[in-house]
Amino acid sequence: MKLSTFSRGTLGTITGIILAVIYLPLLVVLVNSFSTSQSLTWPPPGFTFEWWIRAFQNQGAVDAVFTSVQIAFISTGIALVLGTLISLALQRFEFFGRDAISLLIILPIALPGIITGIALNNFFRTIMGVPLSIWTIVIAHATFCIVTVFNNVIARLRRMGTNLEDASADLGAGLWTTFRLVTFPQLRSALFAGGLLAFALSFDEIIVTTFTAGSGITTLPIFILENMFRPNQAPIVAVIAVVLVVVSILPIYVAERVAGGDKSDRR
Amino acid sequence: MNRDALSSRRSAATVSPPRDTVARRGSVYLSRHPRLRLTVMLSAPLTWLVLVYIVALVLLLVTAFWSVDSFTGEITQSWTFDNIVKVVTGSLYQNVTLRTIGVALAVTAIDISLALPIAFFMAKVASPRVQRMLVIAVLMPLWASYLVKVYAWRSVLSGEGVLQWFLNPFGIEGPGYGLTAVIMTLSYLWLPYVILPIYAGLERVPDSLLEASSDLGAKPWGSIRNVILPLIWPAIIAGSIFSFSLSLGDYITVNIVGGANQMLGNLVFANVGAANNLPLASAIALIPIVIIFGYLALVRRTGALNNL
Repeated sequence: MKLSTFSRGTLGTITGIILAVIYLPLLVVLVNSFSTSQSLTWPPPGFTFEWWIRAFQNQGAVDAVFTSVQIAFISTGIALVLGTLISLALQRFEFFGRDAISLLIILPIALPGIITGIALNNFFRTIMGVPLSIWTIVIAHATFCIVTVFNNVIARLRRMGTNLEDASADLGAGLWTTFRLVTFPQLRSALFAGGLLAFALSFDEIIVTTFTAGSGITTLPIFILENMFRPNQAPIVAVIAVVLVVVSILPIYVAERVAGGDKSDRR
Repeated sequence: MNRDALSSRRSAATVSPPRDTVARRGSVYLSRHPRLRLTVMLSAPLTWLVLVYIVALVLLLVTAFWSVDSFTGEITQSWTFDNIVKVVTGSLYQNVTLRTIGVALAVTAIDISLALPIAFFMAKVASPRVQRMLVIAVLMPLWASYLVKVYAWRSVLSGEGVLQWFLNPFGIEGPGYGLTAVIMTLSYLWLPYVILPIYAGLERVPDSLLEASSDLGAKPWGSIRNVILPLIWPAIIAGSIFSFSLSLGDYITVNIVGGANQMLGNLVFANVGAANNLPLASAIALIPIVIIFGYLALVRRTGALNNL
């Protein structure tokens, strides 16, 4: 499509403005993490490194990050396995109830977190009689993380077709060998992208987590919620946020490189 | 390479028949029985989803028909429609439902209208290099904690915050904390979730279609309306599912920037926590469930569910 220089420029400007608005609050957080004010006064009255030093010495914050990483890793692992299985089943087979199953996968993310949260809380505590712990969080997170893996993998499977797998079977490879040597290598970048999203989703989740966390289990979002409104702790929360955004550049960059390598031509 | 070497290589390359192991026999059996293969693949994920999720959800909904003993605070397991009647007819619940739907619709409309131009620029105008940078730029805020972003908006919108500081010279009063602040913050939070599916949808539209359209005399606006929009409609709907349903259940943002306003999530939360009335909370939870099922049923035919 031939766009005039004017409309290209307009689109570029709009994009620039939207990005500026996206980053403005993050910038405010960055500035606040160096501000001597504890009540978010603007413009900041002074500059200090105090919060940064205190954040890294704060055992509670460090522990919370560790707990969250642990939960996110395990739930992502479960979601990767279940999501891959279910997308293979839905993409490679025709059967009755396929639509119902794809609805079932979307549901945990489409229904509000608070509903999933109280449903699971009620299920674990009153029905099953299981005490809430770190594992109840993992179960809850894995459930709503399946969908991100599923979406990425099924989109890849649709594009892959079955030619290579058929060839592999014709040449005598068993099902497992075909999966290991033919299907899996083609899925790898989709699994990475889906896994990354699942990890981010689990790492940041607060609502379902509130309802499924055992007492004494503090994930990072729970830590942030507890400390956000304490005057002495609020700037430490800002420091954590800045660190998270900066650290996140790496996995996103890697994911883009991996996905960029096998992107189909759009012409 | 001489002929001898070639022939010896060829004979070396002959594949010996696979050994008859248990794994091999299992693999052969499974490949002759596709239905069994399907069952094996589906059993683990389906067991998980049904056992953990559907059972929990159904049990919650059943709770809506029970009641709480006002003396002991224990749940009485006898069937009653009281909670449902209360939620459907109570003016508090009606008002909050309408307010919540209004906020969710406003957020969805704002997000789609912001996402369309930026996604279009990313997918069709930007050079591959800029495109990759923009994807990273859009994805990165997703990693800044949800709570921190809400908190950032609280500080932006506060009486002494950046927005007021910026507006002061013009003599304008900022929105402060309230429904406007909720809509702004929620639109901000869910924007990347709306941009990404629309961007992916636009990426899939081949440039050749747009060239054909313009070769056949369509103006850019005509191509957008008659070629692009119909093709990316499912992606737009997919994005709207995110912004709509995420807004529908939110209660934390409303607590932090909403002033005294309540949304459905707050009512549910209050009844689970302080009021200790799970049956009433489940009855209220039925409202967003019905709305979302209605919405999903409405958009199912567009194929949006494959674009999430």
